[in-house]
Amino acid sequence: MRLKSRHLLGIESLTPEEIVLILDTAESFAEISRREIKKVPTLRGRTVVNLFMEPSTRTRTSFELAEKRLSADSLNFSASSSSLVKGETLIDTARNIEAMAPDFIVMRHQMSGAPHFLARYCRSSIINAGDGSHEHPTQALLDAYTIRQKKKAIAGLKVAIIGDILHSRVVRSNIFLLRKLGAEVILAGPPTLMPLEVARLGVKVTHSMAEALDGADVIMMLRIQMERQGKGYFPSVREYYNLFGLTEERVALAKRDAIIMHPGPINRGVEIESKVADGAYSVILDQVTNGVAVRMAVLYLLAGETGDADSAEERPGH
Amino acid sequence: MRILLKNGRVIDPGRGVDETLDVLIEDGKISAVAVNIPKSAAESTYDLAGLIVAPGFIDIHVHLREPGREDKETIESGGRAAAAGGFTSVACMANTSPVNDNQSVTDFILAQAREKSPVNVFPIGALSKGLKGEQLSEIGDLVHRGAVAISDDGEPVASGFLMRKALEYARMFDIPVIAHEEEPSLANGGVMNEGFVSTLLGLRGMHAAAEEAMAYRDIRLAEVTGGRLHLAHISTAATVELVRTAKSRGVRVTAEATPHHFTLTDESVKGYDTNTKMKPPLRTAADRDAILEGLRDGTIDAVASDHAPHCQDEKDVEYDTAPFGIVGLETSVALGLEHLVATNLLPLKRFVELYSSGPARVLGLMKGTLAVGADADVTVFSVKKETTVDPARFRSRSRNTPFAGMKLRGAPLMTIVGGKVVHGAL
Repeated sequence: MRLKSRHLLGIESLTPEEIVLILDTAESFAEISRREIKKVPTLRGRTVVNLFMEPSTRTRTSFELAEKRLSADSLNFSASSSSLVKGETLIDTARNIEAMAPDFIVMRHQMSGAPHFLARYCRSSIINAGDGSHEHPTQALLDAYTIRQKKKAIAGLKVAIIGDILHSRVVRSNIFLLRKLGAEVILAGPPTLMPLEVARLGVKVTHSMAEALDGADVIMMLRIQMERQGKGYFPSVREYYNLFGLTEERVALAKRDAIIMHPGPINRGVEIESKVADGAYSVILDQVTNGVAVRMAVLYLLAGETGDADSAEERPGH
Repeated sequence: MRILLKNGRVIDPGRGVDETLDVLIEDGKISAVAVNIPKSAAESTYDLAGLIVAPGFIDIHVHLREPGREDKETIESGGRAAAAGGFTSVACMANTSPVNDNQSVTDFILAQAREKSPVNVFPIGALSKGLKGEQLSEIGDLVHRGAVAISDDGEPVASGFLMRKALEYARMFDIPVIAHEEEPSLANGGVMNEGFVSTLLGLRGMHAAAEEAMAYRDIRLAEVTGGRLHLAHISTAATVELVRTAKSRGVRVTAEATPHHFTLTDESVKGYDTNTKMKPPLRTAADRDAILEGLRDGTIDAVASDHAPHCQDEKDVEYDTAPFGIVGLETSVALGLEHLVATNLLPLKRFVELYSSGPARVLGLMKGTLAVGADADVTVFSVKKETTVDPARFRSRSRNTPFAGMKLRGAPLMTIVGGKVVHGAL
């Protein structure tokens, strides 16, 4: 089985089978990262451009590592060093990059839909590494991988997603993915940070942490952007923490074996208490580790491979 | 030069005419409308059997971009687009560069139009100097030179005080104040309608309430001042209802709706095509249906295209970055025929009214009629001819349309302005 599209623009367009294929493939690649020599020749001769129009150390390094472990040649291109600051349009930047014939463009952009725009103009496979407040598909895939790793299955789990739902790209991808794989999703946050009609995505919405956490198997905290304070979204960080911060007392409302996730970077004492972030049920660092394997799987599958990572080594040059 | 239009179905809503008649045009005026006018009465005769002969269509909301952005459109190219689209008159908004807030710009527009435009051009003056929303422009001067209305369209008038003063002041000249209803802090930098689709796409939304709140404010101010208020491009169900109830109270308010708001919904934004980015944004199906009902029941007085030409390279960008607006002059009539007439939503007479006598009434123009002695502005169209929207064939300098490739039933075929055939596809 292969992925239907040559791009990964979002989770919304993936079938449950494609999601499972990526997760299964990632399992094979996770093993490579545990080897002494963490490198396979799978994408040797292929070129990946990491086009990051918005700062992102975590996602960019994770992709870079995935590319290096697959032996791809990668090139980093960031907004601050690009001709975009000289007024070049995205389409011209894309055409210039395209002229260098990369196989993949991994793109992070502060505007929703930017990778979809690029996909219309480029022959390369576009991988969305986060677009505006829209999607962040590889984050959702690594979250799902981590949940599956800890909970064995995703179907039937209650997943509470808490925080700034309105501006989060992570949350949309996660809602699409978790619903496609049969989980129950409940969102919590202040009404000012809740997008309109979000319940139509098949989720429950609450403004009570107690309700969201009650019996939850997975607690997924979202990052709060401090600069939103004082702009009418919420009165203060202090009040936000009092209402929606994840404390040990609140974790106790969830199932005893609930896991705690966060896409990072975390604001300690704002959305999550340090003791919880570093506690036994936190899988935040596992998410980072798993990100590399998931991104290797995505690159591998988009390169037109069949999902059998074990045989990758036997096919040098692919 | 005498032109005889024979055997067409003449629909003149203002005079209640709807029958097969001949129309004789002489020296730029309608000289006779009667049964069986002999061919010998004219030098040139068109047999229009099976076609509709209507008072020249008027688009009261277009952006011609000249002066300032002649790369997007000129008064000449916009005029050609209008003629090809079945319009004999257009009213152009003041957000040119420089802004049409003083008589020299009004003079320039009218001079260019006289020299180069095949259709009549009626300038709309700026409500405030520089469209800054701070100080009234010299409205008396503008009207004296030929402005037919005032508007800061494109820049909502945030100050209620200034809007009140504009309505009061414009009363002296009996011209309408055209309002772009969008409360800026509620619109909050949105790029599409706020609702389920904006949630899905992660695009910043502007809520319908941003339009409705300001529409309510301005209707109330029109009521208080006795001024004439015209609401441009209304797009939400609640705005339609506000206009309906205001009219029933006798408030001097009129409204227009655009073809894109009565044909499309925010579902079209999926895929991030920047040709679906316009202000006000495409709304929900319920809003679209309310607009259709408003067109049917007389709440909405006119169809206007809000023709907003932009260069291809300005639209070939990320959705957030693209300018708002689409071209509309060459698709407006055909979209109306497809979505209002072919669907049997409106009788032909009401359709013709929305495109001719309705807009003429809004701006107080001595147009929109085929009465003997009136200017010989005539639109001839077919309700059957099928066309496919092909932006490559647009006369406009711009191509930004979400309707490319759409098949439509009904099309304008001949446009006559002041007794001269300025566009003919017969």
